[in-house]
Amino acid sequence: MKKLSARRRHPLAAVVVLLLALAATGGLYAAFAPAEKAQADSSSQSLAIDEGKKLFAVGCSSCHGLNGQGTSDGPSLVGVGSAAVDFQVATGRMPAQQPGAQVPRKKTVYNQSEIDQLAAYVASLGPGPVVPTPDQYQPSEDKVTNAEQVAKGGELFRTNCAQCHNFAGKGGALTDGKYAPSLEGVDSKHIYEAMQTGPQNMPSFPDTTMPEEQKREIIAYVQNTNDAPNPGGLSLGSLGPFTEGLFSWIFGLGTLIVIAIWVAAHTTKAKKS
Amino acid sequence: MSTASGTNSGASKPASTRAKPANKAEATADWVDGRLGIYSLAKANLRKIFPDHWSFMLGEICLYSFVIIILTGVYLTMFFKPSMAETVYHGSYLPLNGIRMSEAYASTVDISFEIRGGLLIRQIHHWAALVFVAAMFVHMMRVFFTGAFRKPREINWLFGFLLLCLGFFDGFFGYSLPDDLLSGTGIRFMEGAILAVPLVGTYIQMFLFGGEFPGTDIIPRFFTIHVLLIPGIMLGLLVAHLILVFYHKHTQWAGPGKSEKNVVGMPLMPVYMAKAGGFFFLVFGIIAAMSAIATINPVWAYGPYRPDQVSTDAQPDWYMGFAEGLIRFMPGWEISVWGGHTLNLGVFIPLMLFPLVLVAIAVYPFIESWVTGDKREHHILDRPRNAPVRTALGAAWISLYLVLLVGGGNDLFATHLHMSINTITYMVRVGFFVVPVITFFVAKRWCLGLQRRDKDKVLHGRESGIIKRLPHGEFVEVHAALSQDDLHTLTSHEQPEPLELPAETDENGVARKAGVVAKTRTKLSEGFYGEGNQIAKPTSEEYLEITSGHGHH
Repeated sequence: MKKLSARRRHPLAAVVVLLLALAATGGLYAAFAPAEKAQADSSSQSLAIDEGKKLFAVGCSSCHGLNGQGTSDGPSLVGVGSAAVDFQVATGRMPAQQPGAQVPRKKTVYNQSEIDQLAAYVASLGPGPVVPTPDQYQPSEDKVTNAEQVAKGGELFRTNCAQCHNFAGKGGALTDGKYAPSLEGVDSKHIYEAMQTGPQNMPSFPDTTMPEEQKREIIAYVQNTNDAPNPGGLSLGSLGPFTEGLFSWIFGLGTLIVIAIWVAAHTTKAKKS
Repeated sequence: MSTASGTNSGASKPASTRAKPANKAEATADWVDGRLGIYSLAKANLRKIFPDHWSFMLGEICLYSFVIIILTGVYLTMFFKPSMAETVYHGSYLPLNGIRMSEAYASTVDISFEIRGGLLIRQIHHWAALVFVAAMFVHMMRVFFTGAFRKPREINWLFGFLLLCLGFFDGFFGYSLPDDLLSGTGIRFMEGAILAVPLVGTYIQMFLFGGEFPGTDIIPRFFTIHVLLIPGIMLGLLVAHLILVFYHKHTQWAGPGKSEKNVVGMPLMPVYMAKAGGFFFLVFGIIAAMSAIATINPVWAYGPYRPDQVSTDAQPDWYMGFAEGLIRFMPGWEISVWGGHTLNLGVFIPLMLFPLVLVAIAVYPFIESWVTGDKREHHILDRPRNAPVRTALGAAWISLYLVLLVGGGNDLFATHLHMSINTITYMVRVGFFVVPVITFFVAKRWCLGLQRRDKDKVLHGRESGIIKRLPHGEFVEVHAALSQDDLHTLTSHEQPEPLELPAETDENGVARKAGVVAKTRTKLSEGFYGEGNQIAKPTSEEYLEITSGHGHH
């Protein structure tokens, strides 16, 4: 320390201290300063929003208002997020055909790039659930992992979904003409988005209550139910004992009665003994 | 029976006086007969005559499907574990791999996927059960609409009714055994119904389940009831039912040569032995084909039962559907009595209506014989149209049953007809009271219309389809006269007179007041046979007047 204290009055001491102070401040700033936002595709993003706004004005604003603020005919879209738009428009539910208990799934009106533009516009109104990426919603391709996902997904499905959608995802009735639709032929992405956003009468299952992994497991189960062959023969719609009853009456007893009539009509003369 | 006196003579004959048996078979038969008296039994019954009609074979369908159920059921008991002990599944059905479940459920899945032929046998067992109950239902309706329940067959009618009810319950217990999500929901439904019984409900529930729902006792208990208790009783009743059919002899349709004192038809041996034997295999074949074609109760898809899970479309098998309907259309009334005791009327009233719906049809033979005062034996069947009130009551009962079935399946009607489930439930509530009444009047009118048509046919003949042009240009259809046989068949039924109130004064001139019961009975009798409730059948005078002389048209 003696050396240091001996040179503190050196004419260049002030310069050295200044240099050290500047290096420390700069280093700290570099370490703690917030990273700059990636602005690479800002122009294409704002272009999509602009295009989306035009599409919105033509196809959606009559019910949802010119700025998506909602009217008496349709809810506000501020904060619903791009996932909700992608689900509603890509499954054909939106634009709605007519008011009713529930808006049904129908032929899609927009193509995917238009849907993306609409989604970008609505997402710009306020933050909300974002359209998922394939690695979020695709169950594992690996056979063993997939089977595990199906098994776990089955349990989750029976706990969270089957009370409305039926054990095999065939859909079911709700009050006053509302219903839980069938999950047959529904895109995995749309199932994910539905769980994320809770469209129409469906409750939403955000990641805080149902983590991404569980959503994938449920999707794996639904895919398996839709695609796997039924071991017992015709499934009769997987609607439970109701259709089984109809089948037993019409095919079973019906055929047996026809046979009984046939047997009774073909008889012999008894010989005297 | 008539040959009872001959029973001993064959057996007690000294062996020396008999001719030597011609061959081994005869010797064996002789040996057996000497010990069991088979010969006279066979002689009396093998040539027993049965009339021929397809509707008399409905009971056979019941019998054969019952046999199929027992055979397949025995096979299933060899692999089924009636236990609620928890296990983790690691079998070949991957979608259930690693899932916790009861041994009952695991063994049912194993029967379906590991045991050779297990799935087919399971499906045969279940399909045969549905067909069995459906066939009993139709068989009972045949007996009802033809009046075959009348004296001397009232007891046998009750036996049949008990078989139907036991079939309902055994089916329900069987449905509950696999411990899958659907059957557990069914048991939960039953538990709720038991709990709704005032005062004793909770005690019965605790006793039955051995604690809180679901506990670990219910599956083993249901298993014993399902495979031992109820089938045992049913087997006994079935034998009694068949013995009575033999004893009473079979009913027959009216026709030339047929009377209340004879049975016209074919002998059991060889005609019906061959027919019935063949028919058994046809029934087995159809049920096996159904089981090979279509899934029933896909337990692997339902998943194991957990009280926190449920699937929509949770219905019972069809025969219990009317109980489901009663619960679903009933408003959820709940009242509080005596400071805090809940009376769950929304469940308790349906629970009381459930036996009433069934008993209504069971007691009908006794009501009819009381109303009509008819205590005679009947072996000739009624055509449904010739008993309009009975037919209309039966149709009303069926319509009630169907309305309740719609109520039980209201969710599926809602989704498949794109209707509101609430609308369907309100319709069922109204329909429960209105539809049977409308059905009654429509069916009765229909019967009377058919009676008029029969009368017309007897008097004017059958429409031949040949159009004749008369000389003055008029077109008429030529009617062909019926054969004597057909005339007999169409006019042989009796048309009873309604009961009359006893005279207001007796022979000594003392006023005698008819009681309320007698008055009601007379009123009802009037409703059965009074004016406008049956079309007077043509008399021979009418017939002669119309057919004599001028050509009829």
